[in-house]
Amino acid sequence: MLRSDIFPSPSPLHIPDGFLSMGVLIVCWILSIIGIGVALVRTRRALGERQVPVMGVLAAFIFAAQMLNFTIAGGTSGHFLGAALAAILLGPWAAMLTMTTVIAIQALLFQDGGLLALGGNILNMAVIGPIVAYGFYRGVRTLLGNRRGSTLVAGFVAAWVSIVVAAVACAMELGFSGTSPIGISLPAMAGIHALIGIGEGLITVGALALVLTTRPDLVEAERAPVPAGMRWVWGGLAIAIVLTLLSPLASPHPDGLERVAEDLGFIERAQEPLYEVIPDYVFPGIPNEALATIAAGIVGTLIVYGIAVGLAALFRRREQVA
Amino acid sequence: MHLHALDTYQPGESPVHRLDPRVKLVLTVLFILTAALTPDRAWLIFGLLEALILAAILASQVGLGLVQKRSALALPFLLAALTVVFARPGDMGEGRILPLPGTPWAVSEAGIGRFLSIVARSYLSVQAAVLLAATTPFPDLLWGMRALKVPRLLVAVGGFLYRYLFVLADEARRMMQAREARSAVPSNGRGGRSIAWRARVTGAMAGSLFLRAYERSERIWAAMVARGYDGEVRVLSIPTLRPMDWRAGIGWGLTLTVILIAAYGLYK
Repeated sequence: MLRSDIFPSPSPLHIPDGFLSMGVLIVCWILSIIGIGVALVRTRRALGERQVPVMGVLAAFIFAAQMLNFTIAGGTSGHFLGAALAAILLGPWAAMLTMTTVIAIQALLFQDGGLLALGGNILNMAVIGPIVAYGFYRGVRTLLGNRRGSTLVAGFVAAWVSIVVAAVACAMELGFSGTSPIGISLPAMAGIHALIGIGEGLITVGALALVLTTRPDLVEAERAPVPAGMRWVWGGLAIAIVLTLLSPLASPHPDGLERVAEDLGFIERAQEPLYEVIPDYVFPGIPNEALATIAAGIVGTLIVYGIAVGLAALFRRREQVA
Repeated sequence: MHLHALDTYQPGESPVHRLDPRVKLVLTVLFILTAALTPDRAWLIFGLLEALILAAILASQVGLGLVQKRSALALPFLLAALTVVFARPGDMGEGRILPLPGTPWAVSEAGIGRFLSIVARSYLSVQAAVLLAATTPFPDLLWGMRALKVPRLLVAVGGFLYRYLFVLADEARRMMQAREARSAVPSNGRGGRSIAWRARVTGAMAGSLFLRAYERSERIWAAMVARGYDGEVRVLSIPTLRPMDWRAGIGWGLTLTVILIAAYGLYK
């Protein structure tokens, strides 16, 4: 039986083999292994002998939950990655190991994502995803206080950000590998996943609401003390900003455009429309293109954070009125 | 319907099935590595690698059609790479540029070569991975990974995932069946009420699936402790490699190395 018979659509986040260059693969593997290594030590301390059964069954849960889908319109359907839900319910370290196992077994058993490319897929969905999700979750909750509504808003934000950041990381890996020009793949991946992320956010909120009602003790409430919590907030924000900082460098030939313009004047005409897809990504008024992109990236990240805080404040007021 | 059919293993008695899982794992990764390191546009080498994997598929008797059908799953991702066809800045020096009549875009010869090389690498790799999964029972893969020094905890979690995947996937399927029984699906294919409402219902399903999984894991843990579990995962002794495994491993490993050296000799 094909995996696609059961799982509606292969996620565009699972990179197959052959798409990443050796250099990118090595960097991804090193970062993934560091993340997994730290997570292994941390979960052993936190879960002890319950580690294997709890994480194993919950990894199976993430896998099975990815089957759940809902109709968006016509034949398309939204479904679920689960990194944010896992990070919120299990804590970031256990979530990293759970997601790592899920992604590894998807690749081994169903060829959903490549075997060598696992380094990149684990980095995007099992390391960066949970860290960023947990950081934004803690951040929004710290700003909002400990209420039911704020947990749900934080859950939505965390889920959305985790999907978009994973997509951006994926686009950058493809860009650095010379597989897909970053000027096209980054806006395309980020755009598609900004929509997919909404579905992920809604499902995560639905799941959180149910767990909050029936087993509130399971929702990571006050498990981590505030200082440690703040570290996650900064960590999540830092990864989001570092990714935007790196994005303009992701072209393997940063001066390629200029050289082409000189060597073959007529190509310039052909190139231009492709790069006009992203005028919004370049900040007006800054002469250096790379600097402008970086500025745009940072401003964008801050705006997303601002919107999250604003939404949260709105929610809080409504709850006080009610 | 039970989801045991989800298992991708195809039982068989071929030499590929009988090969030690450690050797198969290492050779699969080596094959994918060779494909990844082969330079762009090394068509002869890609052809040789395809011949090798086809020979292995035929020897395994799992069926050529089955492997190709499963391998096609990776193809949609190629859309992401299609963009390199359009005049790629770095490779402009070599090859011709063909403007597409009627559009402002141009296609570069180097870009097409690069795209087809990515297609070749990706398809070669996925065939090897399909063959591995089709000829090796998953528990064997697990102890193979354990023997190859994958962290013990990850392998143990992977084992649990595999054991309970089918249980929880059945549960998820029952929940979806129940949802359909409660709310008939309109014939126009669109669900009822708003998207947000549908997403919330799905979210609630994910939530209750989580609770059932969590509570199940608590019961499993209690049962394991009752049987003397102390946090250590112990495995049965791992068999030593047979001469046949050594021969296959070294033979294929050397072949792949020679192919890779030839690739660099011929194309660089």
